Amino acid sequence: MALRAYGYWALRYRRTWRGTIVIGVANPLLFLMAIGLGLGRLISPDLAVLGGVDYLAFFAPGMLAAAAMQNGIVEAAFPVSMSRQPGGAYPVAAGTPLEPEDILHGHALFMALRVATNAAVFLAVMVAFGAAQSPMVALTLPAATLTGLAFALPAAAWAVTLTGVGPVMGAFKWVVMPLYLFSGTFFAVEQLPDALRPIVYVTPLWHGVDLCRTLSLGTATWPASLGHLAYLVTLAGAGYLVARRNYRRNLHG
Amino acid sequence: MSSAHLIVLRHLWVLRHGRPWNLVVNGIFEPFLYLLSVGIGIGQLVTAGADGGAGRYAAFVAPALLATSAMNSAVNETTGNVWWRVRFDKLYDSVVTTPMRIADITVGEIAASVLRSTLSAVCFCAVIVALGMIHSWWALLAVPAAVLIAFAFSAAGLAAATYLRDPHDHQYLQLCMLPMFLFSTTFYPLSVYPEPVQVVVAALPLYQSIELLRGLTTGQLGVGLLAATAYLVLMGVGGTWLANRRLGRMLLG
Repeated sequence: MALRAYGYWALRYRRTWRGTIVIGVANPLLFLMAIGLGLGRLISPDLAVLGGVDYLAFFAPGMLAAAAMQNGIVEAAFPVSMSRQPGGAYPVAAGTPLEPEDILHGHALFMALRVATNAAVFLAVMVAFGAAQSPMVALTLPAATLTGLAFALPAAAWAVTLTGVGPVMGAFKWVVMPLYLFSGTFFAVEQLPDALRPIVYVTPLWHGVDLCRTLSLGTATWPASLGHLAYLVTLAGAGYLVARRNYRRNLHG
Repeated sequence: MSSAHLIVLRHLWVLRHGRPWNLVVNGIFEPFLYLLSVGIGIGQLVTAGADGGAGRYAAFVAPALLATSAMNSAVNETTGNVWWRVRFDKLYDSVVTTPMRIADITVGEIAASVLRSTLSAVCFCAVIVALGMIHSWWALLAVPAAVLIAFAFSAAGLAAATYLRDPHDHQYLQLCMLPMFLFSTTFYPLSVYPEPVQVVVAALPLYQSIELLRGLTTGQLGVGLLAATAYLVLMGVGGTWLANRRLGRMLLG
């Protein structure tokens, strides 16, 4: 039954995909070119704090994870909060034999595919630019998708309780942007003052960034990678459980 | 007698529930984050080993972020909000039945948008002065310069708004503004580009805006500043003329 709910989103997407190219694909690629290639030329390629690689190789995998976060939230928060309004897709679907869980599963599957396809495009360009240093870079695709879901599922759990999209805009500004700019995407966390570093280490985006970066640079270690994975899986899982409860309450309430 | 001020008063009246500091925080929050992350974070990498400190790079980026923030707030105000008023609120359909003329609407909308940008620009200037990123008394002219930038982009934005039909069209607007933000020497000098690309970048309105503000805040004056001023004045006047003509056709045609 979840596939029926997925079918709705896939059908809709066949009509609206053009508009999503800008935010999902063009945005991170432009940042990759402007910051990674352009600004990277001003940065000497052997800085110890960047792990001794050129800036593009440092920045690109971070951007991959950061873009996955943004895409995850864009795909979850806005559509979910709009669909649950009266007359939206959710109340209508809830009047059919679809259970709230089916609606959630179908939509979450669609979110995961959207995050994964955008990440795949970015990854292909990143490899074409020579920004990947290790064959393990292939594993950044599932890693980035997981990062996206670790944000998308909690975002969906929250958005399904909203009565308007206003708070989503606020969350973007006050939560997503600061995470994006300070989670080690643009510069190394080691550059921050000692007092601030632990704050970055607890943010979920940093775990996604570091996981993708170490995979792309070939410096990944088992303990660190498993730690990042455990963090992201826990967040996605907790988001899923809360979403299940909130979907049931709001759609069959 | 012109009654353009009535439009400004109307917007202030509508906004009276939003506190003024909200507008300011909204206007400067994002550029301020970029200043911290790119200006100082990446600045440490750019100047590592070179003579200057991260402060010098941040002082390079700060005027560009001021120009970008003026552009963004001007364009968002005149495209998104005006589009909504014209297409959904049908606000001006009732205004044109009063003694107010189309020119009053045009001038009033632009003035309201400039007012809002000016408020943010003053606060952003105060922030960069407090952070010690200003090296010249000419920077006192940065606020009037930001007002000119806001005027040029408000007029152009208003003209653009009359061409927007579908909500998806707003994405194309972002597709112009985001590359402009990233490539108009915001983060690195023009000399990074090959010769033919330099010509294209120099023709962009945001590049001219950044040149103007960067010249004033660093105290490096030249004929380029006059050229930039002339460019922005022309853009503003041309945009106002076009917007006025298009609004007239839309509302009275």
